[in-house]
Amino acid sequence: MSGFFRPMAAILWKDLLLELRTRDVVASLFIFALLVVVIFNFALDPAPELVAVTAPGIVWVAFAFSGMLGLNRGFVMEKEQGTMDGLLLSPAGREAIYVGKLLASFLFMVLMEIMIYPVFAALFNLPFFLPSFIAISLASTLGFAAVGTVFSATAVNTRSRDIMLPLLLMPVTVPVFLGAVKVTGNALAGEGWAASASWFQLVAIFDILFLVVAAFLFEYVLEE
Amino acid sequence: MAAVTLLKPETQDKGQLAVLARDVRKSFGRVAALRGIDLEVPWGQFLTILGANGSGKTTLLRILATLARPTSGEIRVAGIDPLRNAPAVRRIIGVVTHQPLLYGDLTVGENLAFYARMYDLKRPHEKIAQCLAALGMERRLEVKARTLSHGMQKRVSIARALLHDPIILLMDEPESGLDSEAVEMLEHTLRSPSSDSLRTVVMTTHNLERGLAVGDQVAILADGRIAYLEQCAGVTVAEVRSTYMALTGSTL
Repeated sequence: MSGFFRPMAAILWKDLLLELRTRDVVASLFIFALLVVVIFNFALDPAPELVAVTAPGIVWVAFAFSGMLGLNRGFVMEKEQGTMDGLLLSPAGREAIYVGKLLASFLFMVLMEIMIYPVFAALFNLPFFLPSFIAISLASTLGFAAVGTVFSATAVNTRSRDIMLPLLLMPVTVPVFLGAVKVTGNALAGEGWAASASWFQLVAIFDILFLVVAAFLFEYVLEE
Repeated sequence: MAAVTLLKPETQDKGQLAVLARDVRKSFGRVAALRGIDLEVPWGQFLTILGANGSGKTTLLRILATLARPTSGEIRVAGIDPLRNAPAVRRIIGVVTHQPLLYGDLTVGENLAFYARMYDLKRPHEKIAQCLAALGMERRLEVKARTLSHGMQKRVSIARALLHDPIILLMDEPESGLDSEAVEMLEHTLRSPSSDSLRTVVMTTHNLERGLAVGDQVAILADGRIAYLEQCAGVTVAEVRSTYMALTGSTL
């Protein structure tokens, strides 16, 4: 298994170290998500009944579009630095490269979500700590990153990669965001976990299915 | 100058060829880059490939390095079909490309440590120190890759390719950007008599004199085919130069 874990950990370590040095990804994600949240805050009437309806959508628009930026950067950075061949020349299994890249993107997105939610909660006068929202955020971000990592590797070789990734990613990840928005709505309405059980199941099934399919497909995506 | 010791793998069969290509073709859409490459490189041989820009040298090396698939034809690297078992081929080849394959914001040491982990190497720090010393870069361990000159980056890139003691080296114009001292170090490293390993090198170059000096065989790639293949010992620079001109219509 060291043939999987060491290269996977190496890619994760390398991406985290590069991010620590440059702060490119997380800073961009945070600023983009912040802009979305602030613009919606200015645009919408802060009446509690309206916030209860719109807040789940707003927070997931911020998470999704900002997350897309992060997913795009993962492979664009490799392409721009000319290091993609270095990854491909290694004997590491392509699934190790996939999981390493996926975990890096997942961590960057979770970090952005941790930074943006308190701002969102403060602006819209919402509770700061919602356990079911935290759980669905982790699960949905994992599913989003699982599919996004594969599509990002696909889109990076196209000329219109910035447009290509959302076009490929958004239709496929509809179930994730549907579940995420519904669970967030239930959490903000003060409903218990039971009310969101079916949505959690939907996101969990999506995660498992796409993690397996994406890990399998990744080898073919990377081939010339 | 420290030498990089290549270990002779159990699997290396002297009866096999290190590299075999039979009627290898590669097209990019309607453009044919390779039009039927036939090549045999015995173990321990150093093959120098000459060719004009666009002759297919890089495409051939990328196919041998598992970075590209041929449109048709048969390939064996150390007896292994890279189309069926690419990871096994990747484990035993070292590749130097035009790009240094380094992360600019990581130090030289961090870059090499990353690749050592990708190859799951035991005692990586020892290997890194050895490879850097072989190329005169041991004092640059803590320097960020992007602050190095092109030539220095190339040296680190060669160290990266040697890190896992490959028995076959595929090098695409490795001497470009290197000063004469670095070229000598490179040649010494490639030809190091430090082990009984049958190290095989396939190198493309535009430097005819160097190519003939280090090579056992010299090939000229023209129009996507191996148009000339001779033992280096049996030819002169002038002969190869005139043949090259006749085949490619350009000068070296």
